[in-house]
Amino acid sequence: MGVQVLKARSLVRRLGPTRVLAGLDLQVAAGEVVGVFGPNGAGKTTLVRVLATLLRPTAGDVSLFGEDAFGPDASRLRRRLGLVTHESFLYPDLTGTENLLFYARLYGVQNGNARADELIAWAGMEEHGRRQVRAYSRGMVQRLALARALIHAPDLLFLDEPFSGLDALATEAVEQVMGRLRSEGRAVLLTTHDIDRGLRITDRVYILNRGRVTWGSPGPADPDEFKDAYRRAVGAG
Amino acid sequence: MSHGVEGVTLVLAILWKDLRIEWRTKEMLTSFVVLAVLLVLTLSFAGQAAMGRVSTSRVAGALWVSFLFAGMLGIQRSFLLERENECITGLLASPVEAAEVFLAKLVGNVMLLGIMQALILPLAALFLGARIGAALPALAVVLGLGNLGFAAVATFFAAVAVRTRSREVMLPLLVLPLLLPLVILAVSATATVLDGGGLAEASPALVYLVAFDTIYCTAGWLLFEFVVRE
Repeated sequence: MGVQVLKARSLVRRLGPTRVLAGLDLQVAAGEVVGVFGPNGAGKTTLVRVLATLLRPTAGDVSLFGEDAFGPDASRLRRRLGLVTHESFLYPDLTGTENLLFYARLYGVQNGNARADELIAWAGMEEHGRRQVRAYSRGMVQRLALARALIHAPDLLFLDEPFSGLDALATEAVEQVMGRLRSEGRAVLLTTHDIDRGLRITDRVYILNRGRVTWGSPGPADPDEFKDAYRRAVGAG
Repeated sequence: MSHGVEGVTLVLAILWKDLRIEWRTKEMLTSFVVLAVLLVLTLSFAGQAAMGRVSTSRVAGALWVSFLFAGMLGIQRSFLLERENECITGLLASPVEAAEVFLAKLVGNVMLLGIMQALILPLAALFLGARIGAALPALAVVLGLGNLGFAAVATFFAAVAVRTRSREVMLPLLVLPLLLPLVILAVSATATVLDGGGLAEASPALVYLVAFDTIYCTAGWLLFEFVVRE
């Protein structure tokens, strides 16, 4: 296992009276694709928002690259994170290229123009880069959203339900990205309830239910063993 | 927290993006200007019907009422564009600090308020009989200070209101009580300079306007994180 890039310890997050995360421990190492599976309402999205420093935990610690994720250097740490959710974070009135250039400037990417062109080409959208995002199809938006998250070559990429509503091209792009990041020694944490696809592409998995990790595999999970564990974990609540 | 040149670069990046979107859509400026024109005309006709010639203090009042209501509509829009596709989350997940988002929005809103006022003042001269020509340099200072305080309060609360279901009603409800001191000071200073009094004569109100601006810009800078992140 590589160097730990993410470590969450005894993580609690309350939203009103509800403990959405209820004392959760989790680690991700460099070069790993880690899956977090769980039913709707398990706390997956809240977990990603806390780990991506969008929400402060009510209790517990999160360290990113060995540093406190909510310390004074949080903005410097965020420079090394990428985030993809079912929302694209793209401005409909800007063109695809302008969106990528904007995010390149936020992340301090050198040669932002070249990087944006490279990613537009990677997304297969050379002919559409100068069109406003508002005119894009759903599949194009999804591929551009992925390109946006990769603009600064993040060391740790969070993918929150990346397969929901994706077309075939975008699904292929997500899987391709995960493979490439892994081979470059970067890390990915993905949440999903798509068990078959998730198991195929992850190195390790956790099962999350009611804000707790109820099962974790030390290595690639055997599908049958995982499904048994999932049924037990989710059923047991 | 990003500092210095890096922080300025981030603020400019957001400002550039907002102005680019506005240049392309013209939604914010259109709503600013159309509503302000209608308010100035309505208040002008109402004032003349009631009193014949409108006094300078009433002209100043009519101007600021127009600026506030038209401005709130436009400032709300600056956050609506961040709600579409959850772009605000994309911003906050990046190295940008919430305070830098506040500053970028504040600067953009002050600029657009200024453009709106540049378009409205000639109308005010025509319909309200305001003697703007000689008073213009002093008036620009008063408007600048008033705009800064107004935009600081409205930018902060627009980020709150835009997350609520009744956002159009919520913003005026939240900001108008807080803006009362600013309205009184800005109207007083505007009336003084329109009467040919100059900045020296308007200085008592201007000093308090500077204090108002300082308090609300600082509060917005420090507290914006709690509004947008939680």
